[in-house]
Amino acid sequence: MTPIIETHNLTVSYNRRPVLWDVDFSLPEGRLIGIIGPNGSGKTTLLKSIMGLVQPDSGYVKLFGQSLDEVRTRISYVPQRESVDWDFPVSVREVVEMGRYRRANLLRRLSSADRDIAADALHKVGLQDFAKRQISQLSGGQQQRVFIARALAQQADLYLMDEPFAGVDAASEQAILQLLTEMKAASKTVLIVHHDLQTVRQFFDWIVLLNTHLVASGPVESAFTEDHLRQAYGGQLTILSKVADLVKERHFPVREKPYKDRP
Amino acid sequence: MSSFFSFSDPNVQMVTLGVMLLGAGAAIVGCFTFVRKRALVGDAIAHAVLPGICLSFMITGQKHPLWLLAGAVVTGWLSLLFMDYITHRTKLKADAAIGAVLSLFFGLGILLLTAIQHSGSAQQAGLDKFLFGKAASLTQQDVIVFGLTTLLVLLVVFTFFKSFKLLAFDRDFAHAIGLPVRLLEFVLSTITVLSVATGIQAVGVVLMAALLITPAAAARFWTDSMQRMTGLAAGFGIVAGFFGAFVSYTAPSMPTGPWIVLLLSAIAVISVLLAPRRGILARWLLQAENSRKMLAENILKSFFSLSAKKEAISEADILEARPFSVTGLGRGLRRLQRRGLVQQSAPRTWQLTETGQIESRRVVRLHRLWELYLSHKLGLPADHVHNSAEAMEHLLTPEVEQHLLEELEYPVLDPHDSAIPYDIKTDAP
Ligand SMILES: Nc1ncnc2c1ncn2[C@@H]1O[C@H](COP(=O)(O)OP(=O)(O)OP(=O)(O)O)[C@@H](O)[C@H]1O
Ligand SMILES: [Mg+2]
Repeated sequence: MTPIIETHNLTVSYNRRPVLWDVDFSLPEGRLIGIIGPNGSGKTTLLKSIMGLVQPDSGYVKLFGQSLDEVRTRISYVPQRESVDWDFPVSVREVVEMGRYRRANLLRRLSSADRDIAADALHKVGLQDFAKRQISQLSGGQQQRVFIARALAQQADLYLMDEPFAGVDAASEQAILQLLTEMKAASKTVLIVHHDLQTVRQFFDWIVLLNTHLVASGPVESAFTEDHLRQAYGGQLTILSKVADLVKERHFPVREKPYKDRP
Repeated sequence: MSSFFSFSDPNVQMVTLGVMLLGAGAAIVGCFTFVRKRALVGDAIAHAVLPGICLSFMITGQKHPLWLLAGAVVTGWLSLLFMDYITHRTKLKADAAIGAVLSLFFGLGILLLTAIQHSGSAQQAGLDKFLFGKAASLTQQDVIVFGLTTLLVLLVVFTFFKSFKLLAFDRDFAHAIGLPVRLLEFVLSTITVLSVATGIQAVGVVLMAALLITPAAAARFWTDSMQRMTGLAAGFGIVAGFFGAFVSYTAPSMPTGPWIVLLLSAIAVISVLLAPRRGILARWLLQAENSRKMLAENILKSFFSLSAKKEAISEADILEARPFSVTGLGRGLRRLQRRGLVQQSAPRTWQLTETGQIESRRVVRLHRLWELYLSHKLGLPADHVHNSAEAMEHLLTPEVEQHLLEELEYPVLDPHDSAIPYDIKTDAP
């Protein structure tokens, strides 16, 4: 079976400072996958490079065994909640309907089928009564669910979610988890950036442990070990971060030749 | 003045229409500048078109609107690139980059303007109008060129409205679903530069940012929908344009820009004051309504406890039971009387009507239910719950009351062992 996501020697930097370094893994289909690592370990950057939002210095990502542009409509991206301005003049319904936007229908109004799909997604996250509200008039957990509804409306096969559980109360957490379980049952793959180590075993069946470099990727039972956690969270990366600083300071290329090792 | 109002002069008609169009265009494009939090960038672009206008005049030696527009667009775009470069390639923050670029380009513009004036060129007379605007000095040719440009800008906005909205709200998501975000940003920047370059014909470089941003900021107060906000802003822009033309013809010695800006600011102030929900007046009215409701319900509560002993209650009794202000009590009682909840049985002596009794029981019931909820469900000690209940009793809706009743299983006593007063119909008015 082809892996649903495959990263190959992925290296990404901001202002020349590498924040992901030679990350190399393959993920299986139909799982709930947690991406775990300390603050600043490059989790958001990993999702963004999978979605083509940041350009890698080297390496590549393959999705469903193909390049991003070939499978874009099968992928849904849920950004971190803080990444947008919640005072923006849009209603909850409008945001969810954005999940139906395609390159092809941008110059037209949404079809009624599209609007039904969006309404259905809103129903699934339990926010149908809030459809007309401006998005700032929601709690943090509800805002998170609006983003998830937008993702559901995309009807994708692979979901990339950046901290959907951040700032969410226990009730919303259960509601979201319920949705994730249903998605898995429908053999969707969900990749989730997650912070709470306590709930990792409960939520996920596969994890990717990250701290600038890849610490571990595998089934929770074998990858979520004390040893790996110590590697990811312990202060053993001093050398790596020193070298990263040197790269930035000396304007040194991370590869001898600026090549892109595409397959 | 009469010749302006009669619109007999076709030139006046044309210029007025043209300036209204420019106002609408700038306001509509400005809505996107506003929601993308780029107001300062808009200001910088406005100042940066000046050197372009001067250069185009120096090179071509004439004031043809197409050349002026071309010059304006070139330096406007250059300023954008500069700001982008500085924020991405240096440690300077965006505000510093904007400030630096604005002053650099504007300084250059003033320098060139001075040079042109000293060269004694016969046609230079019109150029300094670009500083503060002069609608009436527009020629027919100007109006045609700038009007068509604005129409083009509007066409682009209407065609790509959905994409621009998504781009402004969530750029990463737009990128992720495969929208050509760089191209869209380029188009949006270009129409911003274009509408600034045309808008300065009416208001001038210095105050152009106001024509761009103020209509959007004012419109935002009235609505939570991007579409309606854009429509409303366009309306404000049209009014501003009309007013600008009016001032320009009736008071030829006045620069147009400051007047337009004054009008727009007045519209913004009115919006801040009067807009529903967000406006100061609406919030003030809501608060006044809240305190009226609190006063009325507090009086009813006093009646409830006092009527346990006797039916007719004097105002002195009430004042003794609870420290109302004398005038407040009088006003509250008269209002309760109008609502048919109390009636006067003797001078300064009142009693509850039947509906008044029901209403007073409702308020007391809410108070006691809330106290019970706090102490039983949230574990607060019984002597800590009164103050919260004093406020919440005025706020709780019938639905919440129903929830409370079910959650607490229709309790009989409150935490202080007073009976909770029920009616057969619990949700009586
Ligand atoms: N736009 C940016 N420009 C410069 N540096 C950035 C940018 N975004 C992230 N970084 C840096 O890259 C590193 C990785 O950031 P990233 O956001 O991927 O971390 P993260 O694992 O998602 O952290 P968190 O748990 O706090 O969300 C951090 O050191 C951060 O400071
Ligand atoms: Mg992150």
